[in-house]
Amino acid sequence: MTQQFYVSPEQLMKDRADFARKGIARGRSVVVISCQDGIALVAENPSPSLHKIGEIYDKIAFAAVGKYNEFESLRQAGVRYADVRGYSYDRDDVTARGLASVYAQSLGAVFTAEQKPFEVELAVAEVGPTPEQDHLYRLTFDGSIADEQGFIVMGGQAERVSAVIAEGWRSSLRFTGAVRLAIGGLASGTEQGEAGATLPAKAVEVAVLDRQSETARGFRRAFRRMNDADITALLAEED
Amino acid sequence: MQESTANQVAGNATSSFTEHLQRDRPDLLPYNRSLNPATAPTAPLQVPHATTIVAMSYGGGVLMAGDRRATMGNVIASRHIEKVFPADRYSVLGIAGTAGIAIDLTRLFQVELEHYEKIEGTLLSLDGKANRLGAMIRGNLPMALQGLAVVPLFAGFDTTAGVGRLFSYDVTGGRYEEREHHTVGSGSVFARGALKKLWRPGMSEAEAVSVAVESLYDAADDDSATGGPDPVRQLWPVVYAVNRDGARRIPESELAAVAGSIIEARSAERREA
Repeated sequence: MTQQFYVSPEQLMKDRADFARKGIARGRSVVVISCQDGIALVAENPSPSLHKIGEIYDKIAFAAVGKYNEFESLRQAGVRYADVRGYSYDRDDVTARGLASVYAQSLGAVFTAEQKPFEVELAVAEVGPTPEQDHLYRLTFDGSIADEQGFIVMGGQAERVSAVIAEGWRSSLRFTGAVRLAIGGLASGTEQGEAGATLPAKAVEVAVLDRQSETARGFRRAFRRMNDADITALLAEED
Repeated sequence: MQESTANQVAGNATSSFTEHLQRDRPDLLPYNRSLNPATAPTAPLQVPHATTIVAMSYGGGVLMAGDRRATMGNVIASRHIEKVFPADRYSVLGIAGTAGIAIDLTRLFQVELEHYEKIEGTLLSLDGKANRLGAMIRGNLPMALQGLAVVPLFAGFDTTAGVGRLFSYDVTGGRYEEREHHTVGSGSVFARGALKKLWRPGMSEAEAVSVAVESLYDAADDDSATGGPDPVRQLWPVVYAVNRDGARRIPESELAAVAGSIIEARSAERREA
């Protein structure tokens, strides 16, 4: 019978965390920005169909970095959780806080109990009636949850991108300004990135949670995905 | 071992909200509470029933209208009930039959379509939507046999073909595509008679609204379970038009004007029937 080597719990957790961090650091970044018009979600993603940003419910969106199969299964689980809750109670009873806490528990359980931790980082965003009532939650691979103010940057070059966003972020930004800022930030995180660099519309995935969706467009669902033409038109607008 | 895990994942992958409920929360399905035949009452239960729905095609889309009455035996259970609902951006459904189950089925159907859209990232095709609704009605068959039937009417704009289409159902979930127009509910025979005379191909949306309100007026004239326009309480039928731009509810003010002119024309004619 082979004797297993003793590994201290500290070492075990550290190894798992390092493993997950490495996986996430390989991926491209995602930026979530709360602004005057709502919440803008921008990801560097050349694929037009494999999304990193998704709709969860009326006012709630999801963004992720890391392994596609892992965050996609979490996204689908989130949609199921939200739809079951909204169907059995009421649409108003589905909140980002409830969803984020379910995600935190699943990520925590996978981190300690499974063969390998999920190599993902998630953002759950809920748009409120005013920018002060927006909720942004960041969830990491070990199940930690953080309530962020203003914006979230996740992924490989998070620190560099975050520095650019922090410099340009104001709560009075419109969607045009927020998306432009996010794209500028993402461009600075790329290999040859430098100040003032930008990315073509094809290379980014953009979606927004529209604060005025009900009054302006008559839609309960605030989530709106933008195609390349929408992005080009938005960026051409004046601030 | 490897293969069975893969099979399990594939087996669990579903874009259907109803299938998910069936597996995880069967108690939440509106039709999963079959009454025990031994304790089931021999006479039909006294519960509110929703009545007449009319639907028709017009130049550019389809239109659906329902009156505002629910009855329980000989009593008016509600004067305000709404029986035509938007199912998603490009389709609407109207329901006749047991009101409680019908409203829950509608809610389930709305979530089903939205759920598919969110999971898959695209809208279900119009035929796909019509089939899902048929499956739900078939799920309700045990309840229908005990007198709690629901019969919907489904209309939507087929974005690929660029036309409006109409579907009717029977209690076993059978799905039939209708042309021109169709009616369901207790007042349907009278509404259908009116539609046969009033409907013309290629009507404008405004003409179609007027024809729908008039056919419901005729149904209310002869069927006690159908409510007519009510100028005292300012109650008008619920009317939805669906075209290339999506589903739109016709505003109350327009309906008040249409109903007003129909009542005026009928009063001026001073005829018995």
